[in-house]
Amino acid sequence: MIGAVLTALLSHWRRHPVQGVTLILGLALATALWAGVQAINAEAKASYAAAAGVLGEGQFDQLVSANGGPIPLDTYVALRRAGWLVSPVVDGRLGSVRLVGVDPLTAPGGIGPGDGDIGAFLGGGQIIGRADVLAALGDTGVSLVESPDAAPGVAMTDIGVALRLLDAPGLSRVIVAPVQPLGRLPLDQIAPGLMRQAAGGADIGALTDSFHLNLTAFGLLAFAVGIFIVQGAVGLAFEQRRPMIRTLRALGVPLRMLMGLMLVELLLLALVAGAIGLALGYLVAAALLPDVAATLRGLYGADVAGTLSFRPGWALAGLAMAVGGALLAGIGALWRLSRLPLLATAHAGVTGTQAARMAIWQAGAAMGLLVIAGGLLIWGKGIAAGFGMLGCLLLAGALALPPVLSTLLALGARLARSALPHWFWADARAGLPSLSLALMALLLALSANIGVATMVSSFRLTFTAFLDQRLAAEMYVQTRDPAQAAALLDFVASRVDAVLPINERAITIAGTVAELYGARDHATYRDNWRFLDAAPQVWDRLHRGAGVIINEQLARRLGLALGDGVTVAPGRVLPVLGIYGDYGNPVGQVILTENLMTSLYPEEHPLRFGLRLPPANVPALRDALTGAFGLPDAQIIDQGAIKALSLQVFDRTFTVTGALNVLTLAVAGFALLTSLLTLSSMRLPQMAPLWALGLPRAALGALDLARVLLLAALTVLLALPLGLALAWVLLSVVNPLAFGWRLPMYLFPWDYLRLALTALGAALLAALWPARHLARRAPADLLRAFADER
Amino acid sequence: MSASPLPVSSSPKYPGVRGSAPGSTIPRRAVLLGALAAPLTARAQGFASLGTPTDGFALPDRNTRLTFPADHGPHPDFRIEWWYLTGNLSGPGGAPMGLQWTLFRTALAPGADAGWDSPHLWMGHAAVTTATAHHVAERLARGGIGQAGVTASPFAAWIDDWQMAGPDMDSLRLTASAPDFAYDVTLTAEGPLVLQGDRGYSVKSAGGQASHYYSQPFYRIAGQITLPGGPVPVTGQGWLDREWSSQPLSADQTGWDWFSLSFDSGDKMMGFRLRGAADFTAATWIAPNGTASPYPDGAFTCLPMETAPVAGRDIPVRWQVRLPDRGVDVTVTALNPAAWMVTSVPYWEGPVTITGSHGGHGYLEMTGY
Repeated sequence: MIGAVLTALLSHWRRHPVQGVTLILGLALATALWAGVQAINAEAKASYAAAAGVLGEGQFDQLVSANGGPIPLDTYVALRRAGWLVSPVVDGRLGSVRLVGVDPLTAPGGIGPGDGDIGAFLGGGQIIGRADVLAALGDTGVSLVESPDAAPGVAMTDIGVALRLLDAPGLSRVIVAPVQPLGRLPLDQIAPGLMRQAAGGADIGALTDSFHLNLTAFGLLAFAVGIFIVQGAVGLAFEQRRPMIRTLRALGVPLRMLMGLMLVELLLLALVAGAIGLALGYLVAAALLPDVAATLRGLYGADVAGTLSFRPGWALAGLAMAVGGALLAGIGALWRLSRLPLLATAHAGVTGTQAARMAIWQAGAAMGLLVIAGGLLIWGKGIAAGFGMLGCLLLAGALALPPVLSTLLALGARLARSALPHWFWADARAGLPSLSLALMALLLALSANIGVATMVSSFRLTFTAFLDQRLAAEMYVQTRDPAQAAALLDFVASRVDAVLPINERAITIAGTVAELYGARDHATYRDNWRFLDAAPQVWDRLHRGAGVIINEQLARRLGLALGDGVTVAPGRVLPVLGIYGDYGNPVGQVILTENLMTSLYPEEHPLRFGLRLPPANVPALRDALTGAFGLPDAQIIDQGAIKALSLQVFDRTFTVTGALNVLTLAVAGFALLTSLLTLSSMRLPQMAPLWALGLPRAALGALDLARVLLLAALTVLLALPLGLALAWVLLSVVNPLAFGWRLPMYLFPWDYLRLALTALGAALLAALWPARHLARRAPADLLRAFADER
Repeated sequence: MSASPLPVSSSPKYPGVRGSAPGSTIPRRAVLLGALAAPLTARAQGFASLGTPTDGFALPDRNTRLTFPADHGPHPDFRIEWWYLTGNLSGPGGAPMGLQWTLFRTALAPGADAGWDSPHLWMGHAAVTTATAHHVAERLARGGIGQAGVTASPFAAWIDDWQMAGPDMDSLRLTASAPDFAYDVTLTAEGPLVLQGDRGYSVKSAGGQASHYYSQPFYRIAGQITLPGGPVPVTGQGWLDREWSSQPLSADQTGWDWFSLSFDSGDKMMGFRLRGAADFTAATWIAPNGTASPYPDGAFTCLPMETAPVAGRDIPVRWQVRLPDRGVDVTVTALNPAAWMVTSVPYWEGPVTITGSHGGHGYLEMTGY
């Protein structure tokens, strides 16, 4: 009997292939976006783990030179001879490849060539890396060893080889073993120029958490949109099979068996869709991963493999989501089925009273979610609360959509003056429950698009303005040592309007590393810099040595406000005079006046200089510096080049966001199409009377098209405020938590208009086929509507 | 020479002997040379290339006459070399203790380039053993950058902050530190240097493998050992071994048992057994005035009497040791059976007490178990 019942149940899909394809494709798309995002996150996490394991990054305390310069070999040997268990690292770029040199004999905890042949690593010299890294390395004369376990984007070799290849003047940093012997001399007696940086300070995993949370949120959103599709298709399939189920039950099939079989059917469909989704997700992830890798490198300096590997973790998670989603979508239908009276008239769709009750419930839930969002805004802590607020807002918007649309349509019906328009409004309102899920999906996708686009564009505007402020000098020059710096100052004295030395060193404030800059008193700063918050006469007081200015990140991290003290040197606390925006920089920053810097740290000599000169003279000066003065070209960079580079990094950063946006919108469009397709046949009983009253079939089609466009247009209008609310949350709540800076919000009406037209175009496309189908319906079909039981 | 009653590992199960560092070792502490390469070799069945005797290293020569102080310094043309000090000490109340300080040098290639390109790798082992505790530490270093090395005159041997140094070999200060122990003691020579084997040419197998080998077994030790419970003053006797070579073990040799014994009579004895298809033994009798009498293969015998489970192995911790020519028939017992060196290549090294025809104390090293 089971076989016969199953055949009967499955025959539905044979008769409604489009519905079957819709269900599977919808679930597959939802799974694909979710699994794709998970795959990207898993790959990035594996990359961080490899970096931590192979290079010890974030795992161990490190000693770095306080002035950012190289650590002399003698200092390292002095540390070892004083009993410090430390290990040298040199880290540099060889062409496009990051080359890291380690000493496996002294490195703690597995840093080094791993299971490789250490004899060959030390003896003849080897460079170990992934295939793509080695390929980018070029010919170095050192033998190459390919290792899939190597940290991505990094070529590792023995420290001696690395120092030679990089032509490095000294060590980049020194790793401190976690357990140290008894009776060592203190660090400041052996190596006063070094400072200890706590493990985890550079923990890429922690830094990038917010970014991955961001991606996950996007994946979830896409999945939610996909589930709307599935909910629609599953619900429809169950509704349409009511007569069949009634017949089967009348023939004696037990309800329990029937439900079990339908559950099995649902699970099978979910597994098939999940498998397709995984394959699609892999493609999505593989296509997006290079951009994600570029983003992580640009924002956080984290190296992530550019190629994707299959990991069972995200595949299982994706499959579980597919099955869970299908069950979620089908559970309501199954429940209704279990309560179906054996002899009740089978009728599809939602009755008016049901719809009204539903609308009240939805409006109430939406209000509740808005209250929760408000509560999170006021009392919420941390980035999870920020995303929770985003989720509440989105869900509230989606739930509020049907009642709001229904109210608007009722209003339209009241304004209608003749029969046909009146019918049109009433019909649109009556059809709303069947379409509301697809419209919700459209609303979610649209408002996410508006929100994210507003955030990114606001960020870009702010960032561009910020670059103009901060990169005011026409040219920046890096010198090798104090002697070359002095020679440069002599050389350019008569050639430029002003020289702005960039005197910088690292300091530790409240356990984290921050940058300390000494600024010269010059109009460049006074004219260009904008503060988020500043005391009166901030520049005068700064240059009197009466305080410091700090960046927003440091202020937020340490909860500093104007007037609070910052320790800039042992025993020297200065008040905060101003707080400035410093977008794109993960590190805290403190600026004090040049003279104070020199008196606090007399051993520091600026090696970098900003040069002010008429822009027209830049090429000539560049030629003079590379020619007569003999400075390598790589040590000079002009303002235009830095700005272009910065904007390029910025744009790559948000490529992924853009791509996910487009994909979400595409899924929503598909949801609308499938809803309309599956509904078109069900609407026949409503259209047939109009045809019988003399309305031509073409007019019926046109009315149907207009109805969908009206609903889509109303949804677009409602998506705008929701999207702007999202943008505000992203800019003012999530960004300060994720990156440490708050951004001003700008509006982009033309972008919104373009998005609205795109959405309407998608709705038009989705409605075109069903409308055309209706316009060409055979009269016999329309006649049969009167003969059928409903 | 009796066959060993113990099963002998002939598989490369334990690094250090034939398995992981095939051929890179010579008898006695040579296994540890492999060990220097061991972080290296234990994981990578590597360094086989080191085993080929023809890659440019100097070979021990019976006609070489040792000259001092030059031979206290390193011999960079030889593949392997060590400065190996063991001490039998007594702490407060006469509690017996042992101390070990070892610096190994191994070369990936002959010669002495400076800087990171130096082919020399250095390994230090330090240990303190009491009847109930055994503390071990290890250090590894590159040659050429100053982190580790040896100079002959004034004498200094160092790795990191560990060092054995002084104006000459008769007066040295010895230090080592680790997270759980440290020591700082002085060594004062109370007798002459002793040349082992044939005027410092020590044969290690029937096949003729050999090393250059001399000792200073007459050090008086005084100083302080810091243990987890705090610093304790110690005094006692020390024994320094210096050995260098380039040659591998015989293919069939799997490990050795090495004894340095100081009898209450003032006489001393060095004896070892190389375990192989046929065991090979050698010994040197050292009179209180430093006169040395070498003994050929077979004159010295040692027989395990009792084993103890240590680090998952059965290690002989009580031996019957005989040198009939000198009337020696003694039982040698480990002070602490758990004197297992948890180093890149693990081995057993610890203080022993002597009973029987002679009384006294000494040090025992066992590898290849």
